[in-house]
Amino acid sequence: MIKMEYYLVVSTILMFVGIYGFVTRRNLLAMLISVELILNSVDINFVVFNRFLFPEQLEGFFFTLFAIGVSAAETAVAIAIIINIYRNIRNIEVKNLREMKW
Amino acid sequence: MEYTILILLLPFVSFLFLGLAGMKLRPVVAGAIGTAVLAVVAVLSYTTAWEYFSAGRDAAGLYPTLMPWNTVWLPISGDLHIDLGILLDPISVMMLVVISTVSLMVHIYSFGYMKGERGFQRYYAFLSLFTMSMMGLVVATNIFQMYLFWELVGVSSYLLIGFYYTKPEAIAASKKAFIVTRFADLGFLIGILVHGYYAGTFTFTPAATTLAAGVMIPLALGLMFIGGAGKSAMFPLHIWLPDAMEGPTPVSALIHAATMVVAGVYLVARMFPLFIGYAPEVLHWTAYIGAFTALYAAVVACVQSDIKRVLAFSTISQIGFMIVALGVCTSNDPHTGGLGYMASMFHLFTHAMFKALLFLGAGAIIHAVHSNEMSTMGGLRKYMPLTHITFLVACLAIAGIWPFSGFFSKDEILTACFSFSPVMGWVMTAIAGLTAFYMFRLYYGIFWGRENRELHAEHTPHEAPFTMTLPLLILAAVTCVAGFIPFGQFVSADGLPYTIHIDGSVATLSLCVAVVAIALATWMYAREKQPVADRLAERFSGLHRAAYHRFYIDEVYQFITHRVIFACISTPIAWFDRHVVDGFLNLLATATNGASCLIRQMQSGSVQRYCIWFLGGALGLTILILFIC
Repeated sequence: MIKMEYYLVVSTILMFVGIYGFVTRRNLLAMLISVELILNSVDINFVVFNRFLFPEQLEGFFFTLFAIGVSAAETAVAIAIIINIYRNIRNIEVKNLREMKW
Repeated sequence: MEYTILILLLPFVSFLFLGLAGMKLRPVVAGAIGTAVLAVVAVLSYTTAWEYFSAGRDAAGLYPTLMPWNTVWLPISGDLHIDLGILLDPISVMMLVVISTVSLMVHIYSFGYMKGERGFQRYYAFLSLFTMSMMGLVVATNIFQMYLFWELVGVSSYLLIGFYYTKPEAIAASKKAFIVTRFADLGFLIGILVHGYYAGTFTFTPAATTLAAGVMIPLALGLMFIGGAGKSAMFPLHIWLPDAMEGPTPVSALIHAATMVVAGVYLVARMFPLFIGYAPEVLHWTAYIGAFTALYAAVVACVQSDIKRVLAFSTISQIGFMIVALGVCTSNDPHTGGLGYMASMFHLFTHAMFKALLFLGAGAIIHAVHSNEMSTMGGLRKYMPLTHITFLVACLAIAGIWPFSGFFSKDEILTACFSFSPVMGWVMTAIAGLTAFYMFRLYYGIFWGRENRELHAEHTPHEAPFTMTLPLLILAAVTCVAGFIPFGQFVSADGLPYTIHIDGSVATLSLCVAVVAIALATWMYAREKQPVADRLAERFSGLHRAAYHRFYIDEVYQFITHRVIFACISTPIAWFDRHVVDGFLNLLATATNGASCLIRQMQSGSVQRYCIWFLGGALGLTILILFIC
């Protein structure tokens, strides 16, 4: 039996990989992927806590399903924004986005 | 008598119309509209007077005080409210007649005098505004309404003095007039508020609460008199009136001789029941101020060379006479010490007529020689016979020669002064003599004396056009007969009829003094050569120069305002304002600005930097919660 801590270690690693990627990547798509990694780590946490701590209940699983659905929609919006940015400034480097700086 | 409201409304409508649409009209049309409206107003005023006085006295033997219109305009608290309305009583009806007559004459006269001037329409608009305000002032039902219209006449006077707004002297004069009278009106306003607060009413008649107000009533009345003194050019607030002569001459006749400047006298007469009942000492003080002003102005008038200045100082002097007449009253009964009230109003009436005549005559002369200076005149009787005769009539009236109107009113004033104290009587008689002297100096200087032949040969003076001589003739006729009006039958201190009887000794004395003064003036000034006058001027050159410069009162004001008030008070206050008050606010602004510049650096626009800050913050908070709490 795999212990709960192992799952949590994986999700923590995933989370910090996501944060690292979000902070260091200059490309909007890469940043978006990193955000998805963070989200996934949170989803894993939900599932794990549900599975190990409250096995007779299902809130965690459903919450994860919801989160996946919402993040899919959110990703679609983000991609749409990124495409629009690309149309406007011909690249998607985050340092070039100065229009709405202040 | 509801139609009296039209006396106020018609000139106001005319003012609005001429002011807004005047430039679209031809000057003559605008003038005709203004004059026609004024003619209607005059007819209405005469009808009012006729109806009012022919309606007769009530059971108590008084003319009733009517209020055809009165509405509460501004309720303040309980019984204290400001009304707007029309009050008719003998003196206000008398003033309506005076104002509408003089104003109509001036309207007609201005056709000739102002012909071809730029802003002819504007001129008539302002005249209408002035007439409306002055009428509103005299028919005011309470002190506050009087104050409102009081300020309005001040404004219209300011506008008309500065009519020639391209002339720097005219602008300076209009500002001076406005500031000095405003300054005095501050006293008036405080007086009204003190009176309103302590007596609980703004009405003219003493209320039941007036007695309880005690010492505050004399104070309030004294403050109100300051306002009156400013408007009526009493010493030391007289400095604006001689300068106000920069305005067009008909304006000087209307505003600065006949109507507005007597507003102070009218104010004291209006408040007379309060003055006599609660503050007789204040009333007597006004008499001393009036007497001093009359003397001062008469002395100054003896040496001025600008004919309008002479007339201005003579106006100040004559208003001094009216104030003295009111001030020497000791009771309400004209038979025992209350004669001055009637005398003052009578003099106001006659003076308005003959002084307007003098000013309009002076206007005709200025029109002919294009100058105010006496040196450009002399010997004008040949060229302008009508002006000469009417001017002579007015001079005789102001000098107090029987049977011209000034004799009767001045005689009543002198009788009242003698019954107050012999000293006052003698002083006023002497000033009356001075009056006769300087008026005839003026008369001889203009119409006889040294003629400026070169100037007259170059440009022959001519008689004024008919529109100008007609008012002169009408006013001269009024001046001849006004003295025989049984004025005491209409106006007296207690409201009961009073039959004017000439006091033989006083009349003889004043006539003798006047005749001697006229003879002296004739001896000194009527001839081509004036050795006596020149020698006297040389002998007393110091006094002559001082009087010519009006005893340096203007310079004293200049010194006080510029060297004392501006330099010692205003400049430090301005410095404090600029550097301390403004500096503090500037400091606040600069500090805020600097702080925002610093904070702005954090708003880099880079999402990733925000993310780092966010993470750092979250971590910090976590550590805080884990290890401290």
